[in-house]
Amino acid sequence: MALSIVHRATGIALYVGTLLLAWWLIAAASGPAAYAHVQAFTGSIIGRLIVFGYTWALMHHMLSGIRHFVWDLGYGFKANEREALTWGALIGGIALTVLIWIIAYATGGGR
Amino acid sequence: MSATDTPKRSMRTPLGRVRNLGAAHSGTSDFWRQRLTAVAMTLLMIPVVVVIMMTLGRNQAGAKQILGSLPVAIIMVLFIVASAWHMKIGMQVVIEDYVHNEKLKLVSIMLNNFFSVAVALASIYAILQLSAGV
Repeated sequence: MALSIVHRATGIALYVGTLLLAWWLIAAASGPAAYAHVQAFTGSIIGRLIVFGYTWALMHHMLSGIRHFVWDLGYGFKANEREALTWGALIGGIALTVLIWIIAYATGGGR
Repeated sequence: MSATDTPKRSMRTPLGRVRNLGAAHSGTSDFWRQRLTAVAMTLLMIPVVVVIMMTLGRNQAGAKQILGSLPVAIIMVLFIVASAWHMKIGMQVVIEDYVHNEKLKLVSIMLNNFFSVAVALASIYAILQLSAGV
């Protein structure tokens, strides 16, 4: 498995994605018109795809990072353990992303 | 002065002394801080996701009310500080790995610092402003 490059790629995506977080916060502080612009963007198809991708990048990077943390602590180096951690991060990242979006839509975020 | 601190006559080889804090002259501090901020963000992840979800489907007034409340503002500021620091270190590792031209590397690292600090300060300023009116 070559997942370390995915960890790096999601990290770079999250780095750029902080601009979206900053834009959202600045718009909320600026007023209704600025906030409406952000909502128009995040509500669009492209916007939703970007935020969905951002959610996945964040969840995957977090779980993949926990995997690295387990290795830092000196565990999980056997071949089967490495495979399990890697698949856990991969499947867990997708599962958490889908779960977050289901909850978001269920609680009214789809409006 | 400790027993091991013998500046004049040392058993350490010149190579060992040079390697003391490594090529970055900061030892393992970035390594440690990257882990520190990673753990901080992992702990903050659930509260942050909940906060963002609470703002969904609300207008600016509703979002302002949520983001401006004290516990939420503290959670968001902590998360932003940890993420800006973490991403600054992470991007520097990427730059050091791929940019081999010395001048370009220094410029890239400088821009990386500017970007990370600017994003963090802009976000924190926005949160403080949101808190002020509530």
